[in-house]
Amino acid sequence: MKRFLFPAVLTTILMTGCGGEEKQVVKVFNWGDYIDPQTNMLFTEETGIDVLYEEYPTNEEMYAKISGGNARYDVLVPSDYMIEKLIKEDMLAEIDVNDLENYKFIDKDFKSLPFDPEDKYSVPYSWGTMGIIYNTTMIEDDIDEWADLWNPEYAKKMFMYDSERESLMVALKKLGYSMNSTDPLELEEAKQELIAQKPLVLAYVVDEGKGKMINEEAAMMVAWAGDADLMISENPDLKYVLPKEGTNLFVDAMVVPKNAENYDNALAYINFMTRPDIAAMNMSYLGYSTPSTAARQLLPEEMRDSEVAYPDPIPFETMEMFVDPSEVADVYSRIWTEVKASTGE
Amino acid sequence: MIKILKKAYLGIIILIIYAPIVLLMAFSFNDSKTTSWQGFTLQWYFDLFKDYQIKQSFEYTVTVAVVSTICSVIIGTLAAIGINQMTEWKRNIVMSVTYIPLLSPDIVTGISLMMLYSTLHIPFGLITLILSHITFSVPYVILSVMPRLRTMNPNIYEAALDLGATPFYAFKHVILPEILPGVISGAFIAFTLSLDDFVVSFFNTASGVTTLSIQIYSMARKGVNPKINAISTIVFVTILIILIINNMRANKKFKENAK
Amino acid sequence: MYKRYLASPYILWSAIFIIVPLILIAYFSLETETAEGVAFTLNSYKRFFDPLYMNILIKSINLALITTIVCLLTAYPLAMILNEKEMSNKTMILILIILPMWMNSLMRTYAWMILLENKGILNSILEYLGLPTGQFLYGDGAIVFGMIYNFFPFMVLPIYNALAKIDPTLIEASYDLGANKVQTFQRVILPLSMPGVITGILMVFMPSLTTFMVTRLLGGGQVVLIGNIIEEQFTRTNDWGFGSALSVILMLIILITIRLMGKNETLGRGGGIV
Repeated sequence: MKRFLFPAVLTTILMTGCGGEEKQVVKVFNWGDYIDPQTNMLFTEETGIDVLYEEYPTNEEMYAKISGGNARYDVLVPSDYMIEKLIKEDMLAEIDVNDLENYKFIDKDFKSLPFDPEDKYSVPYSWGTMGIIYNTTMIEDDIDEWADLWNPEYAKKMFMYDSERESLMVALKKLGYSMNSTDPLELEEAKQELIAQKPLVLAYVVDEGKGKMINEEAAMMVAWAGDADLMISENPDLKYVLPKEGTNLFVDAMVVPKNAENYDNALAYINFMTRPDIAAMNMSYLGYSTPSTAARQLLPEEMRDSEVAYPDPIPFETMEMFVDPSEVADVYSRIWTEVKASTGE
Repeated sequence: MIKILKKAYLGIIILIIYAPIVLLMAFSFNDSKTTSWQGFTLQWYFDLFKDYQIKQSFEYTVTVAVVSTICSVIIGTLAAIGINQMTEWKRNIVMSVTYIPLLSPDIVTGISLMMLYSTLHIPFGLITLILSHITFSVPYVILSVMPRLRTMNPNIYEAALDLGATPFYAFKHVILPEILPGVISGAFIAFTLSLDDFVVSFFNTASGVTTLSIQIYSMARKGVNPKINAISTIVFVTILIILIINNMRANKKFKENAK
Repeated sequence: MYKRYLASPYILWSAIFIIVPLILIAYFSLETETAEGVAFTLNSYKRFFDPLYMNILIKSINLALITTIVCLLTAYPLAMILNEKEMSNKTMILILIILPMWMNSLMRTYAWMILLENKGILNSILEYLGLPTGQFLYGDGAIVFGMIYNFFPFMVLPIYNALAKIDPTLIEASYDLGANKVQTFQRVILPLSMPGVITGILMVFMPSLTTFMVTRLLGGGQVVLIGNIIEEQFTRTNDWGFGSALSVILMLIILITIRLMGKNETLGRGGGIV
């Protein structure tokens, strides 16, 4: 092992040192475990372009890295509000979607979205909703609203989402406000709601909640649709609902940063990932919803017909997308710290 | 009685240390992407061999760990010897500086190094990754070597020189054997920290150079893929087997010598 | 004495990779963007004196102290036992203790979460044995446990090294002079192992003060510590100023504490590394 490794290291050091490599590459920066690794290999096979692939855990960490340092990438896959922020800060290169042969497979519903109204910068990759997943054997009532997360009957049987944005969304929606509210009074009210809810919450979780829900550690949880499908397939007692107060719709889309070094390769990559067979292969690995009906048709049956992943009709009118929170970021952070630091009395 | 108590104590500690490890290995055979047991499968091992990404990050992980450990041990050991000779106020200053990387939250170390490389226009990649790992490892090496030096008799080294040894010879045959356990444990800690770090690494790499820890950290929002458990299991079991074989050989020799 | 110059590479290194980044952080903590450009302000520091953050810091220091003390009290006996064992097994056991650290700490923390859950493996075993089950996760206790688990070897190694260095004839001499086991431990073994103990304390206390993943996974996100706050400023809120100010304050508090401890005679003479 060692013997093979060191020459490889030396070459890499030398190559990065002189930077004279002629090999065609595309540098992709995507969410962790958010791609079928096979698709990257297929791309290289078909085009001869090497994929230099890296991963990030959150939109914000991706942003901190590309805005603070001079690490350069060719393709990023941020979410809606982050794309809005990147456009606002003039960090994205324009994409002419007419150049992308496979762009026509993207559904109309996912074009001209609020974060990129003229489709000048982004090509949708995946989407999903946020809702409540609950165990029908542990909870006899029908759960259908966010307010159910404040029901003392389920004290210490529920998981909230461990992120200020998502938790505030739940509280604001429960109160009937917009989840993008910047009104100090509304936010204060939401904060009080979250503090009042804290004694009822067993834990604030992110992905680790999945296994816990399957093992019936708790009876309900705030979850993404893509994760909900996975949980239901392993515990059929679980049920996913979109609360009637309305919820969050997210879209992750591929974009090209302005300082990309391999613009053409980036477009080729985006086009490739949009091709129905590739998108289908990729989404069946991810478990999230594809914005392309053509790709959806190629998914395995249980995924294609999942009502969790593809509600019919998609209730666009009750759903909102996050907008760039930069202006109130400090308010959000303060609220969340106060909630977390509160002892709940 | 006391002997049994001691053995029991050792046993309990080993049990606690290994409980999560055994569980992690078990989950590499779990027929589910989540942490809920759904039956036995070898799927993740097959997936692992198809995943060139993980294979590549594994190679980078080992490379970075080995190179940065060697460098930090050399820099740190020399530094410890030097610092030990300094006057008190100088030593105080240098040691205070040494504590800084230990005291900074990883995120602060990561971001500030990123700004440093950006300012100096060092391209991000393997080199920045290794430099960063050396930065957070060296203080641990210094701290490990220091106590051995402080309790060492300074006169033996002088004596060796007086008896005509070259400084290098004196270092190798007088100082090094004295501080070796400290150097080794410093190396262990440096290696461990390098394998484990994700925050500093995340901000100080690019061009597709990525480590297993960065991958795991990136997955933490969406769920750690059991492929990671599979590769960890393979590595762990391999190391364990090598160690056991080594130990058996050493034991054999030990016994033969005893005869 | 030329040996002093052996530290030169490190001094150069620390100037570039420790001091310069530190200056950058200090700069962030003071800088603010206004309409006219960059200005300097102490606002980020003033924010810290909010009781909200003060309480979080106090709680973090508390938990880190408990972690360090428990680590010390459990690691010392272990190091002593290891030091007694005959040659061949000793290294093997030591390696056995370090080896698990090569499994990613995030993964190990996940594993603890699964073991300690209400419906987790530990409770299942307790139930099977007819013992009372309990809630182990989602609180301070779980966080402290997770930190102890992660940093335990950092305490064992230096103490073990210090003990291994003690000349056994000194201990024999102590017995010959009529000291009993407790006295020998108090007067001979403990003082001689102090340098290792102090190194261990530093290596456990400092990182456990700024950890954040353990808090989330084992604390169930119910508790917020200073490490979480700082991490959030950089990765969520994008408020580098406040994050930097917090870490500068943290550094100053600890460095001053160490200095004061260094003045203390026994620590100063015994440890000597501070």
